[in-house]
Amino acid sequence: MKTFGGPVLFLDRSDINTDEIIPAKYLTESKKEALKPYLLEDLKLDGFDPAGSWRGHAKVVVTRANFGCGSSREHAPWALEVNDITCVIAESYARIFRQNMFNGGMPAVELSAGQIDEIFSLTNNGDVTCNIDITGKKLTFTSSSGITKRIDFNLSQFDNALVEAGGWVEFADARY
Amino acid sequence: MGKTITEKIFDKHKIDDPFPGTAVLSLDVVMCHEITTPIAIADLEWRGKDRVFDASKIKAVIDHVTPSKDSKSAAQAKILRDWARRHGIKDFFDVGSNGVCHAIFPEKGFIRPGYTVIMGDSHTCTHGAFGAFAAGVGTTDLEVGILKGVCAFRPPESIRVDITGALPKGVYAKDVILEVIRRLTVNGATDRVIEFRGETVDAMSMEERMTLCNMAIEAGGTSGLCMPDRVTVDYLWPFISSDYNNNIDAAVKDFAGWRSDADASYAAVLMVDVSKLEPAATVGYKPDQVRPVKELGDVKIDQVYIGSCTNGRISDLRIAASVVKSALTNGKKLAPGVRGIVSPATPAIYRQALEEGLLAIFMDAGYCVANPTCGACLGMSTGVLAEGEICVSTTNRNFNGRMGKGGMVHLASPATAAASGIAGRLVNPREYL
Repeated sequence: MKTFGGPVLFLDRSDINTDEIIPAKYLTESKKEALKPYLLEDLKLDGFDPAGSWRGHAKVVVTRANFGCGSSREHAPWALEVNDITCVIAESYARIFRQNMFNGGMPAVELSAGQIDEIFSLTNNGDVTCNIDITGKKLTFTSSSGITKRIDFNLSQFDNALVEAGGWVEFADARY
Repeated sequence: MGKTITEKIFDKHKIDDPFPGTAVLSLDVVMCHEITTPIAIADLEWRGKDRVFDASKIKAVIDHVTPSKDSKSAAQAKILRDWARRHGIKDFFDVGSNGVCHAIFPEKGFIRPGYTVIMGDSHTCTHGAFGAFAAGVGTTDLEVGILKGVCAFRPPESIRVDITGALPKGVYAKDVILEVIRRLTVNGATDRVIEFRGETVDAMSMEERMTLCNMAIEAGGTSGLCMPDRVTVDYLWPFISSDYNNNIDAAVKDFAGWRSDADASYAAVLMVDVSKLEPAATVGYKPDQVRPVKELGDVKIDQVYIGSCTNGRISDLRIAASVVKSALTNGKKLAPGVRGIVSPATPAIYRQALEEGLLAIFMDAGYCVANPTCGACLGMSTGVLAEGEICVSTTNRNFNGRMGKGGMVHLASPATAAASGIAGRLVNPREYL
């Protein structure tokens, strides 16, 4: 099982699509690692710098509703993964993106809009780090000024099994 | 309580329910293209499992960047080509016989009512027009589909969209689906399927139904489905007549078994009366940002693109060509400074358009007739926009950067796109019809 958690990259917008996460022109790459420099290159978000200090630093994305809508490209979660971002926390996801995350053994955690608001409010107090207890289903957010917030989350039994197995290929190959 | 078509398909195909809320389905068709399949192939090789569950149920095509534009796309094409040959995949379409996946696979008769279909492509929902459960998936789901012939889903609830009324002049299936997406919003159908129902859909051709179902994903839908009927039978007849001893009524009766029951239950019902609908186009960067063209003011354009899995079929080209022909009759061509690109979605469509004189009409007006490919729709080849350029396109996504970094895409019907090309700005197609 992968390990999860670390500094948070906040993307304060709903409906961030997979073309924004990784533009189609990079889909001719045959190796996941080659996607690394292009993550979020076309994201339309005021103040966001695709080459900002989050690169090589962030391990978790926190965002709003319908994250990963659009194309089915698994290059979107791969582009996150090769940048060491292995967990996304959002109000909701597009179905294919969400499944692609779990299929790669990476959690796409769903929280209520109110909980997402509370996490975003921590950014008023400096940088935020998220500790993820995947077994106990607990998230602990800590801002650099020392404010802490704990939130429980749920995964379906299937999603949990995929994270534990390390992905869908491992799960399916053992079972079918 | 009756069942929806999706529930019936799940009942027939469910081979396992490992956990509550998870159904593992057997697959009738696994479709592959050169963008999302090569990494699945490489992973299977790495795992020492370079096998396919059933070569006859796998369909493959090189369509996104074809003919290859550079060394990387050539390498991707080669991986798919070598793999298809190695595993005896007969239904593989390469340069010379290839076309846009969601146009060529239906054209070859691969999809039937009641089928389960996956592909590593979000517009796989197109095939639901035949009364199939057809879902776009990622590369890992595709990989397991190739190896095991199964895929896991949360059994989706259904949204019924009842479409009524006659389509006004200048209004087409594309305008209808844009209206449906506007009302559902970009995540209104997430984790659900959309049933397109009602007298307007009953009266539509399979090509129009595919245009509807194609964009179900733009509302988040797992699949879009139409009820199989006589229209479905007629489209598939060359492929199925022997299965039914040349008895059309028997086929219609058989297909009807897949229709949703009258007392099936729905998560939501949306009523759409199209009789007063206006030709529409998207604004902004989300496909639910839809407005009547007449309200958009003076939007100057740089490019018109007619093609794709949404609107690159023969009926689309006929409509666009009729608009262009009417302009030519009045001494007009593409407006100065506007580039026109038309890409018939398959070689058969290309040939048909050639024989009907449609391509000559486009060329007379100054269009470039490109080969069948997905290229321009996602900014990969054959019509990429420069920073600040604006395109009226018959495709399905207007995302930021979709057709090229810094470009702007207005989605519209083939008639609106063609008329806009003549006017040099977004216009209502009615005056050209």
